[in-house]
Amino acid sequence: MSLRALLEIRLLPAILVAAIVIILPLFFPSAYYYRIGALVFIFALAVVGLNLLMGFAGQVSLGHAGFLGIGAYSVAIGPVHFGAPSWLCLFVGAILSGAVAFAVGRPILKLKGHYLAVATLGFGLLVAIVLTNEAGWTGGPDGMNVPALTLFGWRVHGSDAWYWIAGATFVGGFLLALNLMESPTGRALQAIHDSEIAARVLGIDVARKKLTIFIISAMYASVAGSFLALFNGLITPDVAGFLGSIELVAMVVLGGMGSIFGSLVGAAVLVVLPQVLTIFHEYEQALLGLIVMVFMIFLRQGIVPSVTVALAGWRK
Amino acid sequence: MAELLQFVFSGLTVGAIYALVALGFTLIYNASDIINFAQGEFVMLGGMTTVFMALAGVPLPLAALIAIIVTTGVGLALHRFAIEPARGASSVALIMITIGASVFLRGVAQVVFDKRFHSLPPLFGADSIQFGGAAILPQSLVVLAGATVIVILLWLFVERTLLGKAVIATAANRLAARLIGVDTRRIVDFSFAVSAAIGAIAGILITPITLTSYDVGTLLALKGFAAAMLGGIGSPLGAVVGGLLIGMIEALSAGYLSSSYKDAVAFLIILVVLVAMPQGLFGRVKVERV
Repeated sequence: MSLRALLEIRLLPAILVAAIVIILPLFFPSAYYYRIGALVFIFALAVVGLNLLMGFAGQVSLGHAGFLGIGAYSVAIGPVHFGAPSWLCLFVGAILSGAVAFAVGRPILKLKGHYLAVATLGFGLLVAIVLTNEAGWTGGPDGMNVPALTLFGWRVHGSDAWYWIAGATFVGGFLLALNLMESPTGRALQAIHDSEIAARVLGIDVARKKLTIFIISAMYASVAGSFLALFNGLITPDVAGFLGSIELVAMVVLGGMGSIFGSLVGAAVLVVLPQVLTIFHEYEQALLGLIVMVFMIFLRQGIVPSVTVALAGWRK
Repeated sequence: MAELLQFVFSGLTVGAIYALVALGFTLIYNASDIINFAQGEFVMLGGMTTVFMALAGVPLPLAALIAIIVTTGVGLALHRFAIEPARGASSVALIMITIGASVFLRGVAQVVFDKRFHSLPPLFGADSIQFGGAAILPQSLVVLAGATVIVILLWLFVERTLLGKAVIATAANRLAARLIGVDTRRIVDFSFAVSAAIGAIAGILITPITLTSYDVGTLLALKGFAAAMLGGIGSPLGAVVGGLLIGMIEALSAGYLSSSYKDAVAFLIILVVLVAMPQGLFGRVKVERV
């Protein structure tokens, strides 16, 4: 098989990502690295979902952490207050997020640009406010403990176990997103992104397609939120807050809007960077802001698309 | 009745600050289509710089002046060194740059200043004035007066001066403005400087009432952005009305419903308004050309 034919295999990106998941631990000197790796894949999962919405459908959401929060608190409240198994709560949370996205998305996805941004921002804040104030259910601002996940009698704990679960789920989510983009819905979304009116003229049910992708991206975020809660064993309303939403958007834009692989890169940069920057103590935040600015000024398409273009130019 | 009056006054005071932040958003948006999320940091810089200048022994009026000048410089630098080099980038990328700038400024502020809460002495003392059974802080009146003066000056400026007309021309159509000889880059420079100055003044005025710290900017940017969108982005009148409305809704729902759900009520109302009026209260309906 020639190299060219190999490059044309549709599964290649997913195989590459799977290879990254498998090979990376060979270089991990300690459990701490597994922890960071797990966090990267958990956030990357949410970012893939948001990237479907932002990069492909061209719709901004500044409230996506709200869905992260719904997923996180589902696996916290379900087992604690109802005695339900965590894995079931994870699914219930995802379905709940989808249902909320359906209810919220119908009216607000009609809004455009910055108006959509402020509406989603409002939604995210509402979730965070409810989580903060319903202390009887959620433990209030201090958050609540999350019982560990038990699968077939195996109590999942430890960074390495979560690394593999998060990694495998991410590969699955990655594959799903790639396939989705090649489906009629995916093509329709890209048409909407290019020109909503042209898409409508072509007979695409714009409102419905946008709603579909909003629901899917909400479910991605919800699953990621559930993982985050189960992995950390503790959850606070901050997970659903404005800064959380901004962070997700930053990961999408930094990695590259419309690049599914960029989602992983964006998540990796913004999860790893603060860890590295802690050595600068009080200068941490200033440096983080500065690096985000420099990235966006010089790699304005996002890291992956910019590097791809640069490499293509260099090869010529 | 006295209770209502009390809530209305505190709502107007906070609302005036939101309105000023929203005006900052509007100015920059009109000149450059950029939503500047570092707008809240201008407010923080105004308050914090004044506090620390005053602590260093500088007389208060001079400290305030220095704070306004410093913040204006920061606004200009933001445009020159971060926005200008990224000219032509997508609007999301530009928003990301301003968010990066806001994180950066917050980070610098916690190193240069500190992480504690600070206050300033009110201009006319701290004794509240009794008015119709409500107790009103003199500083509230200062805030309202200051905001009114800024809005009037801004209005006079765009209506009566050549530079103001150039700002309007740039907002209406950048290319056309450039064709008739407006240096649009300078206009954007100018809008960043004025937005920063307005933010700084807002910060100085409100600090005696609400205190300030290195991280007050985030919430203010969020509310100011929401106010600008509620009013209809690009409309100065909308920004002012939006800001006052959000302040009022917050104060009234904190007073009559629940203080922990005041933000929730505000954003619920914003959602309802936007669903009913997708261009905000005063926004122009954009007709898309195909």
